[in-house]
Amino acid sequence: MATILVHVMPKPEILDPQGKAVGAALPRLGFEGISQVRQGKRFEITVDGEVTDEVLANVRTAAETLLSNPVIEDVVQVKVVREGGCGCGGHGKAEKDLLA
Amino acid sequence: MTARIGVVTFPGTLDDRDASRAVRLAGAEAVELFHADADLKDVDAVVLPGGFSYGDYLRAGAIARFAPIMEKVVDAANGGMPVLGICNGFQVLTEVHLLPGSMIKNEHLHFICRDQTLRVENAETSWTTEYQDGEEIVIPLKNQDGQYVADDYTLDQLEAEGRVAFRYVGWNPNGSRRDIAGITNERGNVVGLMPHPEHAVEAGFGPDSREAGRTGTDGLAFFTSAIKGLLATA
Repeated sequence: MATILVHVMPKPEILDPQGKAVGAALPRLGFEGISQVRQGKRFEITVDGEVTDEVLANVRTAAETLLSNPVIEDVVQVKVVREGGCGCGGHGKAEKDLLA
Repeated sequence: MTARIGVVTFPGTLDDRDASRAVRLAGAEAVELFHADADLKDVDAVVLPGGFSYGDYLRAGAIARFAPIMEKVVDAANGGMPVLGICNGFQVLTEVHLLPGSMIKNEHLHFICRDQTLRVENAETSWTTEYQDGEEIVIPLKNQDGQYVADDYTLDQLEAEGRVAFRYVGWNPNGSRRDIAGITNERGNVVGLMPHPEHAVEAGFGPDSREAGRTGTDGLAFFTSAIKGLLATA
């Protein structure tokens, strides 16, 4: 078992109304110095077995076919965040370990 | 001959019954089509109605676009069959690349429901021949993801080729680029728009008109246009 992260963001030139609304709410709550917020999507895709180049290529194709719409969104990242084990250590931790 | 117009139901579709009713009021036979069947049942035209197919999960229309029926709809559309996408149906048509561009969340983030004035910019599509170029019509608009976007090149191309079919008049309700409410493909047989013609087809249930409350039937000509075209080529 392994987990692959797919990170999708609205294209820079496309207005992101959700990010804009969040960005407008932050100063109201006292969070100062934030000039812009853009909101994207994070998919965590679990696959059986090893992550081969073929598996990654498959996920990349899925990311470009279904998970994102190229008219309004970019796939900014496809990466393995956790390989092997049960993953009970939590996503954040596993990802940090792998990146370290 | 009676024209047969199919109305597709996806999980989460809301306006299939209203669309079928509009088809019948316009004088055609309404044929129920189901998302999971790769079968168009010999219909002469197809309506993709509004609603929230698959709960709008991922993106509006993104999952419906891969339903088995859509492969047949795309083939038929490419062969010249009249196809009308209303609201969520328009979103499905952009996701499946029968129409360019995409819809994102309304600029103001609110769900909006109002009687909306549109200008018919192209009265030569399969769904607009019973209107006049420049005619203003009032039909209901109700959506949250209605902001039409495309890159400038695509927008310029749409304008140059007369493929902007409808434009918002008076107020742009969602921030759509160049006030675009609906567009058509090169051939003019595929039309998509965010407002709802099928909700303005019978006095008593439509938007307010100049004459009296709820008497507006400006949407009916979408369906009579398609039927007239089908009968002319039959």
